[in-house]
Amino acid sequence: MARGIKDKVVILGMGCSKFGERWDCDAEDLMVEAYSECIADAGIATAQIDAAWLATAKEELHSGKGGLPLSFALRLPNIPVTRVENFCASGSEALRGAAYAVASGACDIALALGVEKLKDTGYGGLPEASRGVLNMMWWANYSAPGAFAQLASAYRVKHGIDTDELKRAMAHVSVKSHENGALNEKAHLRNRITEERVINANMIAEPLGVFDCCGVSDGAACAIVTTPEIAKSLGKTDLVSIKAMQLSVSNGTESGFSDWDGSHFHTARIASRRAYEEAGVSDPRRQISLAEVHDCFSITELVTMEDLFLSEEGKAWRDVLDGFYDADGGLPCQIDGGLKCFGHPIGASGLRMIYEMYLQLHGRAGARQVKDPSLGLTHNLGGAPHQNVCSVAIVGHLLGPGY
Amino acid sequence: MIGITGFGAYVPRLRLTRQQIADGQPGGARGKTIAGERAICNWDEDAITLAVEAARDCLQERNCLTGITLASTTAPFADRQNAGIVAAALDLDEDLQSMDVGGAQRAGTTALITALRSGCEGGERLVVASEHRVTRAGAPHEVRFGDGAAALSIGATDVIAELRAAETRTVDFVDHFRAADAAQDYYWEERWIRDEGVMKIVPPVVEAALAQADMAAGDIDHVILPSPVPGVGARLAAQLEFQEAALAETFDKTIGDTGAAHPLLRLAAVLSRARAGEKILLAAFGQGTDVLILETTAAIGTRQPRLGVTGALAQRRPISDYAKYLSFAGLIDRELGMRAEGDNKTALTQLYRRRDLILGLVGGECEKCGTRQLPRSRYCVNPKCNALDTQKPFAFADVPARVLTWSADHLSFTPDPPSYYGLIAFEGGGRMFANFAEVDAGAVDVGSVMRMAFRVKEHDRKRNFRRYFWKAVPDGGSQGKEQ
Repeated sequence: MARGIKDKVVILGMGCSKFGERWDCDAEDLMVEAYSECIADAGIATAQIDAAWLATAKEELHSGKGGLPLSFALRLPNIPVTRVENFCASGSEALRGAAYAVASGACDIALALGVEKLKDTGYGGLPEASRGVLNMMWWANYSAPGAFAQLASAYRVKHGIDTDELKRAMAHVSVKSHENGALNEKAHLRNRITEERVINANMIAEPLGVFDCCGVSDGAACAIVTTPEIAKSLGKTDLVSIKAMQLSVSNGTESGFSDWDGSHFHTARIASRRAYEEAGVSDPRRQISLAEVHDCFSITELVTMEDLFLSEEGKAWRDVLDGFYDADGGLPCQIDGGLKCFGHPIGASGLRMIYEMYLQLHGRAGARQVKDPSLGLTHNLGGAPHQNVCSVAIVGHLLGPGY
Repeated sequence: MIGITGFGAYVPRLRLTRQQIADGQPGGARGKTIAGERAICNWDEDAITLAVEAARDCLQERNCLTGITLASTTAPFADRQNAGIVAAALDLDEDLQSMDVGGAQRAGTTALITALRSGCEGGERLVVASEHRVTRAGAPHEVRFGDGAAALSIGATDVIAELRAAETRTVDFVDHFRAADAAQDYYWEERWIRDEGVMKIVPPVVEAALAQADMAAGDIDHVILPSPVPGVGARLAAQLEFQEAALAETFDKTIGDTGAAHPLLRLAAVLSRARAGEKILLAAFGQGTDVLILETTAAIGTRQPRLGVTGALAQRRPISDYAKYLSFAGLIDRELGMRAEGDNKTALTQLYRRRDLILGLVGGECEKCGTRQLPRSRYCVNPKCNALDTQKPFAFADVPARVLTWSADHLSFTPDPPSYYGLIAFEGGGRMFANFAEVDAGAVDVGSVMRMAFRVKEHDRKRNFRRYFWKAVPDGGSQGKEQ
């Protein structure tokens, strides 16, 4: 494996808009909101940014397919701006572009910003795609909940779990995230819920009820990255560095070949192994302090804990019910409320996850602050269980504890 | 000698009862219990998809088809050959003569006579008759009509029934009509149709056919007579002095009258139980009449359809209520929600490039490692192979599959929520993330056995186009789950 970028790139500043049904905001407003916090946090001037990466996945909604929307919104001084999209992992992809630019020496300071304006469709859920192209001619007509619900059927049968027991574990995933989200003023959904309410909620895609699904929101998040040397020269101490950024992309094997049983994410296992190797993590369940995973649906989070080797295969549902991933558990997961409470503005989510890790590592997470975290893991997934892109990133204190 | 070499049929699984229809009318059923039901298309079935299923029921490995005829008065396209779509779905060789026949209720028998008389050089001809019969809600014919299809292969070898006589008369007797731009029929008085039409036009042609075959009415073992008006078929049989025991099953209270397909569907049912040396008289009525007399050969019984009419009837699924039928049949303007507003425009260039995949469910089989895959791709999907351009076409349509993962989706738009779909694995390799059809709640789980069916995937209401693809249906009705 290549040497990787561990500790070559640090986060100079971050920002995150309030996520929610931002009826009064254009994508421009969301970008400016996140950026204003970020640039103030970084303590630099816009003119010091060498290049920028914009993540946004649904071009129908205000942003267009190139770098122009970000350059216009922030009046960037004619620097390179690249739009990236990689399904729901787009935000992580923007950060990867900016981090690699810094690590390579091509840029001193780079910006990654993710934004999505989803609430202009007139209905809940993601915008419907146009159906003129080949994939739409032969793929099943599916929705995101329907695609991810498939996991539950295979996981239940493979591990011989009672339907009601699995439903209860899934319910606890959501209850736990709402407990955390209630403490986060930037979260979209801030209400507490009960397992009973989750279990008895309206069915969306069997066995996922409405509370097994993440919200749909508008939002933006961004990061400014640089080298440790430049950060120090700018007077920054106590730096948060990138330990690993890995991406694994399906090639059709799961959906077209054999041996994948539908109960887990093939790519997540590959991306997490590579990330642990890049970061030098040998015992993730013990070494990772916090995880922000792609909880688009409760079952996604549940099986992902196994794919990240944080729970043993077939045991995540027990860990969930035991409270291992609760705020006061062994490895708090979705300490900010997750996609469940933030919703999932596609381009923004990956950066929103990093934002929470950044706050936690700096001890700036307020009421939901975890004691002395050392390594934070983010997992950002796009597509469907049978074909997806999966990003795993690890951040921590530059040259800090945890190894 | 040219004759029938094989037969098959298809009846859509859904049934609408006469009671449901009566209860759905403003006058209601007035407390009466009404027996009988009709077969109806699901929302994603039409005359083409029914025809494909009937043809699959009929065709066997040994068929070498050089021609196909689709007879229907309800085919979805006025100018795009419907028979061509059926041929593509059957993955037939494109070296094929094809045509649509329509315009009258005897389109099926006319296509059959034409095929039997045309000679079959170098192979067989498939005659498929199919109807999707929709009337106005509450029209008298709503209870009597049915949806269904039948297919007959015509050839010179392994003949199971030979043509002994065929007679035709063409008379512009307008018992009903449907204008080219109209969705529904307009009918005249039934007593006039019976007395001045059927009872006067059909008998002399039947007698002429019997004379041509040098037979008497009493010689006929199976009689299939038209009955465009209730009771007129029996009245014809009595007048023509056919034996009562010879009168073939009408299916009027189980399937309904399937129009141009009906004589062929009834013939398919007769052929499945006929013995060698039996004589069959088949007549159809519609702006004249067609009469055929067939005689079964010693080979009858060597050729059976996959399911036939009886097997298709056994897959019956009741529809929950009349309103749902009206919705499926497009008879009420239902709110479909914003999710149905998406543009379903089909890139015809794309459809043409991958027509073997979209219409024929043809994937690939790697000649290097043997891996079957859908779709056929440039690089083999097997990670241990990944060879370039090694795949030969492989047809998945008739390969059984099992459910690997599934869900019932209440969110995405479908005319019949919830939408069932999931990842299926074909026996022998190959996978597909497929829409399911004909699923009852609780009937599908991981491991269920599925069979592929050609169905409507999208309606493009803006351009009046419909796109077809293959869906997985529980094999053997809803009872496909492995025990």
